[in-house]
Amino acid sequence: MRFMLLFSRQGKLRLQKWYLATADRDKKKMVRELMQVVLARKPKMCSFLEWRDLKVVYKRYASLYFCCAIEGQDNELITLELIHRYVELLDKYFGSVCELDIIFNFEKAYFILDEFVMGGEIQDTSKKSVLKAIEQADLLQEVRHPQTHLWSPQNTPMETP
Amino acid sequence: MALKMVKGSIDRMFDKNLQDLVRGIRNHKEDEAKYISQCIDEIKQELKQDNIAVKANAVCKLTYLQMLGYDISWAAFNIIEVMSASKFTFKRIGYLAASQCFHEGTDVIMLTTNQIRKDLSSPNQYDTGVALTGLSCFVTPDLARDLANDIMTLMSHTKPYIRKKAVLIMYKVFLKYPESLRPAFPRLKEKLEDPDPGVQSAAVNVICELARRNPKNYLSLAPLFFKLMTSSTNNWVLIKIIKLFGALTPLEPRLGKKLIEPLTNLIHSTSAMSLLYECVNTVILCVQKLRILIEDSDQNLKYLGLLAMSKILKTHPKSVQSHKDLILQCLDDKDESIRLRALDLLYGMVSKKNLMEIVKKLMIHVDKAEGTTYRDELLTKIIDICSQSNYQYITNFEWYISILVELTRLEGTRHGHLIAAQMLDVAIRVKAIRKFAVSQMAMLLDNAHLIASNTQRNGICEVLYAAAWICGEFSEHLEEANQTLEAMLRPKVTTLPGHIQAVYVQNMVKLYASILQQKEQAGEKEAAQEITQLMIEKLPQFVQSADLEVQERASCILQLIKYIQKLQVKEVPVAEEVIALFAGELNPVAPKAQKKVPVPEGLDLDAWINEPPSDSESEDEKPKTIFHDEEQRHSRHRQPEIDEEELARRREARKQEQANNPFYIKSSPSPQKRYQDTPGVEHIPVVQIDLSVPLKVPGMPMSDQYVKLEEERRHKQKLEKDKKKKKQKKEKRGKHHRHNSLHTESEEDIAPAHHVDIITEEMPENALPSDEDDKDPNDPYKALDIDLDKPLADSEKLPVQRHRNVETLKSPDSEALLVEKKSKKPKKKEKKHKEKEREKGKKKEKEKKVVEEEEEKKVICQDLHCLKSKSSKHKKKKHKKEKEEKSKDKKKSKKKSHHSEEETTESVQNGTLDDEPLPPMSSYRLLAENPYIKMTYDIQGNLQNDSQVTVSVIFENKSTSFLKSMELNVLDSLNTKMLRPEGSSVHDGIPVPFQLPPGISNEAQFVFTLQSIVMAQKLKGTLSFIVKNDEGSTHEKLDFKLHFSCASYLITTPCYSDAFAKLLESGDLHMNSIKVDGISISFQHLLAKICFHHHFSVVERVDSCASMYSRSIQGHHVCLLVKKGENSVSVDGKCSDSTLLSNLLDEMKETLSKC
Repeated sequence: MRFMLLFSRQGKLRLQKWYLATADRDKKKMVRELMQVVLARKPKMCSFLEWRDLKVVYKRYASLYFCCAIEGQDNELITLELIHRYVELLDKYFGSVCELDIIFNFEKAYFILDEFVMGGEIQDTSKKSVLKAIEQADLLQEVRHPQTHLWSPQNTPMETP
Repeated sequence: MALKMVKGSIDRMFDKNLQDLVRGIRNHKEDEAKYISQCIDEIKQELKQDNIAVKANAVCKLTYLQMLGYDISWAAFNIIEVMSASKFTFKRIGYLAASQCFHEGTDVIMLTTNQIRKDLSSPNQYDTGVALTGLSCFVTPDLARDLANDIMTLMSHTKPYIRKKAVLIMYKVFLKYPESLRPAFPRLKEKLEDPDPGVQSAAVNVICELARRNPKNYLSLAPLFFKLMTSSTNNWVLIKIIKLFGALTPLEPRLGKKLIEPLTNLIHSTSAMSLLYECVNTVILCVQKLRILIEDSDQNLKYLGLLAMSKILKTHPKSVQSHKDLILQCLDDKDESIRLRALDLLYGMVSKKNLMEIVKKLMIHVDKAEGTTYRDELLTKIIDICSQSNYQYITNFEWYISILVELTRLEGTRHGHLIAAQMLDVAIRVKAIRKFAVSQMAMLLDNAHLIASNTQRNGICEVLYAAAWICGEFSEHLEEANQTLEAMLRPKVTTLPGHIQAVYVQNMVKLYASILQQKEQAGEKEAAQEITQLMIEKLPQFVQSADLEVQERASCILQLIKYIQKLQVKEVPVAEEVIALFAGELNPVAPKAQKKVPVPEGLDLDAWINEPPSDSESEDEKPKTIFHDEEQRHSRHRQPEIDEEELARRREARKQEQANNPFYIKSSPSPQKRYQDTPGVEHIPVVQIDLSVPLKVPGMPMSDQYVKLEEERRHKQKLEKDKKKKKQKKEKRGKHHRHNSLHTESEEDIAPAHHVDIITEEMPENALPSDEDDKDPNDPYKALDIDLDKPLADSEKLPVQRHRNVETLKSPDSEALLVEKKSKKPKKKEKKHKEKEREKGKKKEKEKKVVEEEEEKKVICQDLHCLKSKSSKHKKKKHKKEKEEKSKDKKKSKKKSHHSEEETTESVQNGTLDDEPLPPMSSYRLLAENPYIKMTYDIQGNLQNDSQVTVSVIFENKSTSFLKSMELNVLDSLNTKMLRPEGSSVHDGIPVPFQLPPGISNEAQFVFTLQSIVMAQKLKGTLSFIVKNDEGSTHEKLDFKLHFSCASYLITTPCYSDAFAKLLESGDLHMNSIKVDGISISFQHLLAKICFHHHFSVVERVDSCASMYSRSIQGHHVCLLVKKGENSVSVDGKCSDSTLLSNLLDEMKETLSKC
């Protein structure tokens, strides 16, 4: 996987993870371009598209688009599953995750992603072990530095199919 | 300080945290930019504070802003500060920020090297994890080079969490620093069999990614992956493996056969669409496996293989094309059904390059073929193959005509009409070939008696139909028109089927007309009258024909000719008029051409052009299929007996009509410019060729001659081509554009018989994996095309930081291990290499050996080994002299002690270490020696098993004889026992798993179990072996005493100063101390010695005072305070066990007193 983007229907970037170090300018350009392409697609269209020399796999969950860029030889369906698995992880972690969770705890969303995918490859296919790693790391964090404030959003939960 | 902290946290209360920032941004929708710039100012202020919590908060906010598109590169240094925070909370944020915004251009990135190294070796696995994750995003070639070794070490970490991350990040490291691949690969390979599924899947991921890019280097792993594929139930892993096999199969055809079964199982059993898709995808790639079926001696398999291949052919013609050789072979098969299947396949695999060759082969088969069914099948296939896609693959039409002519010699075929249709089609559509075609057809007509010998059941006479028509229609190309006309008028013709005779009659008039014109122009009136006379004499035989069509035509023509004769007698020139009967060029039109012509403006196709009941004479504008259709064709030359006036009127009308007809561009250029993408009449798809071969081929043309000629021509062109190259490129397209060409990309769009370059341009894309040429030089994966089976060379050692010289001495030598069979090969090679070395410098050997041993210690940190019960058989392990061997780590150390040499390095460094070179040290002690053999040994504790140690013994053959059947036996004590294979008694020795040629040394490991470790132990033992030389063999024995020192139960374990302090404060440790006088070596060396020989690590060092720590395999803590006076050293020790401590100190005293 080259990179993963989360953005809202309004075209606001919510999360970006680049597995190939890229200069800021290029990142911005690619994000903008890709968002346009993806947002222009209709709901019934398929989740895959060829973009530049990459394949883009995206999926919409509630108001959020999860979008992965993979290489030509990669398997699209497994990428779709990866996206879904990530959403499941977010959902488990936040409990009925919604976009606001990701906005306000965006670093957590990153941490979860980092435990799940590393360097563009799936790190652990087991949901349990990913969550365990996150929980323990959080525990470590809280022991050393009790969190003062945890945002609890009053938003509708994101659908997870 | 405390005040500052308090102040800092008070300040913090007024700072915005991330949530506040996000909320703020959401509340300032109108003036977002202004609000954010204000925030950035605040953040800049926060970053100036000393409080790390404030800084971390600021960096966290910056990371968010970065996502919104704001530049935060200015804060790179602050990010590094936060990364180096000791608290995980902050560190995590620091690394997150770094992973989001660092890239290769970030200049401060090199500053992170040491911090990352420190974090990698942190005792907290999450510190390590976060560092690995961060690094995976911004690793640069420099970082990769500097940290490769550290990460490689982590691959053997005790925690699966770290192992899997380390394994994954190795892929990134390989990409940035390809040199690391070979040293790291053995360990990576080990991870494929890691007990933790996460680590395993990570290793599969990495290796599959590597292998996909350069599959040939990974063929040796196929069996391992095969095992994984059949045993794994993890879809994610399976997909990767299947993809890998997809890449491997083309390289190793045998694989395909093996894959069929598991793949089919998967396809049937899996519910995951993604997996199914991958399987199916791979199966397509695995055409290779069909090859195996086809190659099989079982005819049934062969048939099925061909059948399946023809299915694939429809979708993946290229993948099948590479098996041409095999399929051609099948043509020779005895079994007709197999031959037929092979024929089917041939259709898809011809190219311009091989068409002639394939058809030649088929022609031979045609000659040999016995049954007419098969022969007919061959014939149709030849025609199919040649004519497919508008003769796309034919480069020389003369050759093709010759082939067709040769085919006419077939007896008893039912497909005469097919050949005839081809002849007509080619002659009409390929203008350039007409002259040649006509000469061939004339010959056919001349030899008609051969063909038409048995007309009743001989379908081949159909070709005469084509021959007659071609000779008539294109009579201007005939050289010996008279002769041909005579041939057509032979009485034998009347035995031909009626429709053929009709064509004969019609076309002999055409011939006649052209001869007439010829003679008249030459002024040979006599000859002209003669020919008329001939016609009048011969035609009546047709008039009597039973066939109505023939009869009618013949009588019409007879009347016409009689009329002409009258005129001739009056010496009126008639030729002009007669020829006008057949004037007008015949233009072939593609079946779809009509559709492609836009309806001109103002043209109403439904409106009548003339008065409603008009006679139909515009037939000749019908699409080209007309030429297969007799009825329509005849209608064209329908009424030959109309008078001149009428003729002229009609001609005028026809011209008029042609002017309006978009297809008649030649006589009157059409206004339809849009369609005229090629000049002149070429807007209609006419296949054109440039004939550079002489049209006349002496004698009866044999297609073989053309093959030869064609080859020569191609060769010549190839030579010319280099010169013309540029020019041709320009001309190429427009001139020889073929309208209907649905060419595949590999078949370049060049005109036949002209620009053909068989070798370079004709290579089909997927012909063979000679992919060297087409690789992109910028492809990052190309650098990873490394032969992994080659043994490592000295130069390939992973770079290690220099200061590690100090620290590695502390790390005890690591040994032990089970050598996996798979890694044996390279080792053996190295062994040879080593042998040579040894011979070179026998004198220096000992010294050198020590140095080498030292060096190898540097790279490795301590590995702990557990011998699983299954591995009770000790496998051999060579004494590793080459240091990279160590770094490569062939060990099968399942787990590695979680300790950090780097950490201790840092602390040593902090303590201002002078960088003096250290004397070489070796942990191997002499066990026993006699003239034949020398044994040295080293003992390693095992962290995984608190009652096991591993003894590594190096056996060195000092003699010139061959040593074999070595067996080591030890007299067990109550406390210490040698681990023997199940079922063997305590008196049995353990065989040493290798033999020793002269001058060779090798290493073997033996595991011992023990109960108490507080006391040193000595075990008596014997090595028995057979010495074999020219004089015969003798049985020898060597007794030894194995000394288990207390230090060998210790495992170098890092300890932080705070933990260390806590431990000392806890008060449950026993204390003891020693003092040794007469110490002359530097304190640094002294510490190094303690670290090295006694397995301690330095916790902290201040001037000439240092605290050290170690742990026993049974969990005893050992703390030391080492102080150096003028000439003396005092060591205060604290330990959870007093006996152990005093024994340890005694051992230490002995070591120190030697200094």
